[in-house]
Amino acid sequence: MEKKNLICINCPMGCRIEVTEEGGKLKVTGNSCKRGELYAISEITNPVRIVTTSLFVNDGVHPTVSVKTSREIPKKMIFKCMEKLSAITVDAPVKIGDVIVKDILNTGADIVATRNVDLRFAI
Amino acid sequence: MFDVAIIGAGAVGAFVARDLSRYRINVVLIDKELEVSEGTTKANSAIIHAGYDCVPGTLKAKLNVQGNKMFDRICDELDVPFKRIGSLVIALSKEQLDIINELYERGRANGVPGLEVIGRERLKELEPNVNEDATGALYAKTAGIISPYELALACAENAVTNGVTLKLDTEVKDIEIKKGGFIIKTSREDIETRYIVNATGLFADVINRMLKGDEFSINPRKGEYCLFDKNDGHLVNHVLFQVPTPRGKGVLVTPTVHGNLLIGPNSVNVDIKEDVSTTGNGLEYIVNCARKTMNKFSMRDVITSFAGLRASTSGGDFIINVPVQGAVNAAAIDSPGLSSSPAISEMVVQMLKEQGLKLIEKDYYNPVRKRQIRFADMSDSEREKAIEKNPLYGRVICRCETVTEGEIVDAIKRPAGARTVDGVKRRLRAGMGRCQGGFCMPKVVEILSRELGIPYMDIVKDKKGGYLFTGRIKDNYTKGDGDANA
Amino acid sequence: MHRDLVIIGGGPAGLAAAIKAREEGIDDILVIERDIELGGILKQCIHNGFGLHIFGEQLTGPEYAQKFIDKLLELGIEYKCDTMVLNITDNKKVTAVNTKDGVIEIQAKAIILSMGCRERPRGALNIPGSRPAGIFTAGTAQRFVNMEGYKIGEKIVILGSGDIGLIMARRLTLEGSQVKMVLEIMPYSSGLKRNIMQCLDDFGIPLLLNHTVVKIHGKERVGGVTIAKVDANRKPIPETFRYVECDTLLLSVGLIPENELSKNAGIVLDKVTGGPRVNESMETSVEGIFACGNVVQVHDLVDNVTKESYLAGLGAAKYIKGTAGNGGREIETYGRNGVRYVVPQKIRLDDMGDEVNLFLRVDNIYKDVYLSVSDGGKTIYKVKKRIVAPGEMESVRLKKDSILNMENDKLFVELIR
Repeated sequence: MEKKNLICINCPMGCRIEVTEEGGKLKVTGNSCKRGELYAISEITNPVRIVTTSLFVNDGVHPTVSVKTSREIPKKMIFKCMEKLSAITVDAPVKIGDVIVKDILNTGADIVATRNVDLRFAI
Repeated sequence: MFDVAIIGAGAVGAFVARDLSRYRINVVLIDKELEVSEGTTKANSAIIHAGYDCVPGTLKAKLNVQGNKMFDRICDELDVPFKRIGSLVIALSKEQLDIINELYERGRANGVPGLEVIGRERLKELEPNVNEDATGALYAKTAGIISPYELALACAENAVTNGVTLKLDTEVKDIEIKKGGFIIKTSREDIETRYIVNATGLFADVINRMLKGDEFSINPRKGEYCLFDKNDGHLVNHVLFQVPTPRGKGVLVTPTVHGNLLIGPNSVNVDIKEDVSTTGNGLEYIVNCARKTMNKFSMRDVITSFAGLRASTSGGDFIINVPVQGAVNAAAIDSPGLSSSPAISEMVVQMLKEQGLKLIEKDYYNPVRKRQIRFADMSDSEREKAIEKNPLYGRVICRCETVTEGEIVDAIKRPAGARTVDGVKRRLRAGMGRCQGGFCMPKVVEILSRELGIPYMDIVKDKKGGYLFTGRIKDNYTKGDGDANA
Repeated sequence: MHRDLVIIGGGPAGLAAAIKAREEGIDDILVIERDIELGGILKQCIHNGFGLHIFGEQLTGPEYAQKFIDKLLELGIEYKCDTMVLNITDNKKVTAVNTKDGVIEIQAKAIILSMGCRERPRGALNIPGSRPAGIFTAGTAQRFVNMEGYKIGEKIVILGSGDIGLIMARRLTLEGSQVKMVLEIMPYSSGLKRNIMQCLDDFGIPLLLNHTVVKIHGKERVGGVTIAKVDANRKPIPETFRYVECDTLLLSVGLIPENELSKNAGIVLDKVTGGPRVNESMETSVEGIFACGNVVQVHDLVDNVTKESYLAGLGAAKYIKGTAGNGGREIETYGRNGVRYVVPQKIRLDDMGDEVNLFLRVDNIYKDVYLSVSDGGKTIYKVKKRIVAPGEMESVRLKKDSILNMENDKLFVELIR
């Protein structure tokens, strides 16, 4: 690994952190506190993010439903996840917390609805 | 086959259409844009001038003074907001007082009524906020303020109601001159007509060339403006002009008919006939000039800035002539074009008549056009009644200007109705307030889509090609191999 | 119609205030919301990061809102959606309108203002150039993309690095648009660090500080913008002008508290915040009219909105029940030496609890300073800050005892080296 530069997000200080590898161990410099070090190491070894987006709803009172990954997924999977979701529409009614896609891309994260969308016409 | 085809649906074209709609003839009003009033009429000072600064003996002098007198009746019939608030040309030095006296004499020669030269004291009474070095002013009581696009729209609406055909989104490509008439080749269809009126503003020279008239050229002259929040509208009570210099009439400061404050314009020759962009230097110039008249506006209150193009020509006067038998040019209608427009129209109609157009009055001509319901102007009991009739008047879409869904639906469904987001804005002021459409634009788009039966993708801001959306999310997603920076 | 309490705006502020007032024993409450559903702007903020302070978890905007909506429904609090308030008066008469009831007049005992804020439009910046389609404020774009499902452009330049702009940079990128750059006229971003990292850096979107747009190009639709670096006085430097091709310009250049109704009621507004001047109970200059959330001051965290709104709900409940204190000694708060403003602007000792929270913003980035509270002479509170920034609201918790010790009735919050 070459050296990596990060800005710490833990507090408004925004420390500029440099991570280098020395003898198989990561060395963190530029941080002002322990939290910065932990953040830097997790960002280098396994960066993960929650992904949120909107999906189209059939027959809903709203055209879309907002969704999220139920837990963080690897950063490099973000666009793959978006591509997978681009093919998916949801039928109304949708309830907050409903699982739309189970274990997306084998990440262990589900895609869940983050809002309610009622049926447009009660049948 | 039409009897008369009017090309250009600005103030002049719309007035001609309305004036001709009282006769038993078949009239078509053609414009290349999606809405009426998209050219010079849309963006100018919105002033009905008194007529003192035109050179005596010119068409401008005659038609300005004549046109000015017509506005009370016209705006009454068409229900267009118009306020005769009067104008003041303010002298900032002793030398400028001399020029004011010259203007006074010129005004008298032109037959402008109600002119008066006033001193410093009286000026201060009329305009307490003008700068201290103001020494006196020419007071012209007959000057007024108006909403130009509402005027053109009202004329077009009234013309359509009285039987005129309106063809928008129809660009004239060529004109074939035949015996006893013309074939107008447009972007959509060929239109046959016996007479033509060329009221195409900046493009009047192009149409004139198609009509094989004596060559003239229209040179676009740009004027930039800043519009301020209603907080600043009360700062002045009259249209405030500066003393004209050889370089132009100077920058004016005026309330608008809707209660905002407007400053501008500058005057810059440009090469491109559709270049309505503002410039940093231009805006700075008009602000600095306006401050010489009145210094109490705050730049924090600017809602928007815009530019308009005047359709000028080297000769300086309007060009109203016959390029070929059967046609009339109403060209080079720069300032005071708006003020002169009803008189220009009368002149054009007279010229058509002289060329053989038979004008027999209809039995059913209705000169009255009612402005649509304005929720913001109603009392609560009127509102209650309106909502009872149509519940959509109870849903406020634009919160800055209090415009309801019912009014937007009306604006779309009226004759010559709204087709674009800006069309709704100009008719109702939805999106013209302090948030500039941030909240109401999504709703306006939804209503336009629903009422016109067109998809979101076909909704435009103003002009063809002015699309708002580039697609639906998720459609044709191709970024799957994209990599977030690891 | 009569109501004890009318709450104007059913976003996070109004919901929290309504819930608190009900919990404090006020039964007769009406919440009025202009949109067709409760939740306010949170409904379009589909990203996560909400609620860390209040709920200890990272919720999305709609989830955060739903927690309060559910509570409101559970408590049986009355609300009207799709209803617009047209006017309020200083004697607390509310005029509203909707499609079902027509024009409604409600005489309230107390009112809570929670109308939120609006975005600064293009006009406020007076950017020269043409006026084509394709210029959106970030929040409007957010609504189109997240709620309606439409893409607002393919090649996008964002002006302003406020949080909504940063969030939208990521959203648009994820949906397949190309965000070319984010421009910020100031030497620092007013957005949260987390958003700069996760919305820009994650996707390689450059943030150009000290840059602005000096001209917009394009006839029907935006075709490009001219950008420039600015000097220390924020004046564009001509040698740095550069054309950037794009079809969309997104503006994220600030938020303004929405106080047209407040003005109608004659409520005194603070020139710096743009919102009503309020006391420790979030009461405005008009007795019985309270305010909370972004209508008072633009917050960066919804958690703070909720806390502030609980105070307003409590204050209104006390006012209605007649259990408010008699005011007593009044302290005015002032920001100076780097502190732009302080909310609340007034503290009444009889009505404050054991402590009071002062919210404030600084006017620049400062490192290694003390945030100090004094009565002009005596310092009653002092805390060391390694860094303070305009983008991050600061707060100070003051004990009643320390205020009681003050020798005069002016309280100054300032930065000291």
